Amino acid sequence: MPRLPTPPIPKVLQPKPKRPGQNGNGNEHGSGKVSPAEAAQEAGVTVVDWIDERTSLSGGLRWLMFRKVPHGNWFYTLGSATLFAFLSQTITGVFLAMYYRPDATGGAYESMRYIVDDAFLGQFVRGMHKWGASVMVILIFLHMGRTFFFGAYKYPREMTWIIGVVLLILTLAMSFTGYLLPFDDRAYWATIVGVNINGTAPFLGPYISDFLRAGPEFGATTLSRFYAIHMLLVPGLIIALISVHLYLVAKLGITAPPWTKPDEEPELDVAEV
Amino acid sequence: MNQAEKEAYLREYSILKNEGKPFFPYAVAKDSAMAVIVLLVIIFLSLMFGAELGPKADPTTTTYVPRPDWYFFFLFEVLRVIKPPVWTQLATIGVPTVCMVLLFLLPFYDRSPERRIERRPVALTAGILTIMAMAYLTYSGANAGSISVVALKAPSNLTPSETATFNAGKLVMGQSGCLACHRLGDSGNSAGVGPNLARVGLYLKPAAIASTLKNPTPPMPSFRSIAQQYPTKFKDLVTFLSDLQ
Ligand code: HEC
Ligand code: HEM
Repeated sequence: MPRLPTPPIPKVLQPKPKRPGQNGNGNEHGSGKVSPAEAAQEAGVTVVDWIDERTSLSGGLRWLMFRKVPHGNWFYTLGSATLFAFLSQTITGVFLAMYYRPDATGGAYESMRYIVDDAFLGQFVRGMHKWGASVMVILIFLHMGRTFFFGAYKYPREMTWIIGVVLLILTLAMSFTGYLLPFDDRAYWATIVGVNINGTAPFLGPYISDFLRAGPEFGATTLSRFYAIHMLLVPGLIIALISVHLYLVAKLGITAPPWTKPDEEPELDVAEV
Repeated sequence: MNQAEKEAYLREYSILKNEGKPFFPYAVAKDSAMAVIVLLVIIFLSLMFGAELGPKADPTTTTYVPRPDWYFFFLFEVLRVIKPPVWTQLATIGVPTVCMVLLFLLPFYDRSPERRIERRPVALTAGILTIMAMAYLTYSGANAGSISVVALKAPSNLTPSETATFNAGKLVMGQSGCLACHRLGDSGNSAGVGPNLARVGLYLKPAAIASTLKNPTPPMPSFRSIAQQYPTKFKDLVTFLSDLQ
């Protein structure tokens, strides 16, 4: 079988060839005994092999992990930082959802009270979710600013940009719908005014407002609707779109900083896209 | 970019990419360091500022100061800051929409192959102006009075049922965002584009108020939809306004 070339990993991480007369853990060659460590390693390899034989995942993973990335700088970490903030929101959100009840007529506010006052680490987790939202919004704007000032939205990465704008809107939609859920005074009034202002937007405005309110009136079903949008609809869309966004990033390659120029003249055989 | 420029870019990029390092572990290490920083910042904010929970929502009060999360301030402000009348009604309400469309289509109208920001004067100016505008709007939004607070007592010469209507109308007004443009007593937006409504009942008859709401002069948006969908709410609003003397 043709072998894939060894991936270009740094020296320290490359497996060292064994010394002659040694099989990795000091045992004499050919003693026939298999140490537990060896057995465990072997089992792991077998499982991975088993999965790979049926899925052929390793090729894709190699492509993803060992693709080359031009020399960048710290601004290039803002996208993955946004992704990480989103992951943090998902995890803290799951914990909040274990206690939260989307019931406007009695329950929503009380369940928030319970989370904040009584639940173990409740206030901490809620704080992380709440401040995490601000952090994610800041990071997404910084990331957008990075791609804008670096001209990263230009050919061939136009799609990446457009999907990014949708992600920006969805992220803001997350904060907007999440804001109502605690159902305290601040949440209620900010949301009413927000929905009504939105209703004055041209064309789709009134329809979106009616959709958000679950009808013409701000009522008991409004809260469940915000809850469903905040917990299912928008996160699902965001996850799907982040996947496409990241696929495009890997496929097209991350831009080199615009001020860099190739060092040497191209050799003809290195053109690999 | 024309075909030659595209090919030139791809050629140059493939060399730069080849001079780079593999994603794992180099980029992954940097990204992970950043992730740790993000996590620490979030934990720090949570421990420092916590998450307060205000009093339970009360649909019958309009004196509460609602604050959207701070990153929505600029959106709320757009509604108030734009000073027509040169701009039409479309400009007043459509600015966020237009900005969104401009953002979406950016790769299609900015087609030059140049990527260095110091050689893209238009993009540089637009970017800096946008950042400054958003910062300014966020700042002034943070300092502005709320637009759903109608802090006003019903006049004492009203009968109990008239007082009820007055309060119902006040509620509609608080919810409709009128105070984004108008001032009413101590509430509302002093820099707004609309006139102060504190004495509007003195010089406008109820019928005139109703027709203003349905067919206003731009930039005030039409509130005909309230009249059509909720005639009672609309009547309450008109009665409330004509009680302002
Ligand atoms: C986008 C800003 C804006 C909003 C929102 C708005 N208005 Fe106005 N309104 C104006 C402007 C500007 C005028 C002055 C129009 C003119 O010169 O004829 C006005 C005029 C009026 C008048 C006539 C006052 C007079 O002195 O002639 C009334 C009454 C009024 N508005 C009530 C309301 C009510 C009630 C609401 C909420 C349901 C509302 N407005 C929302 C901008 C606004
Ligand atoms: C949930 C939100 C988002 C996530 C998780 C995300 C994630 C990422 C990641 C990990 C990268 C790799 C390069 C880097 O980190 O800079 C990237 C690249 C990119 N992103 Fe995003 N992004 C998001 C939102 C956005 C937004 C709002 C925009 C712009 C409107 C955008 C436009 C781009 C572009 C153009 C690239 C290619 C950059 C390059 O190749 O240099 N993204 N994104």
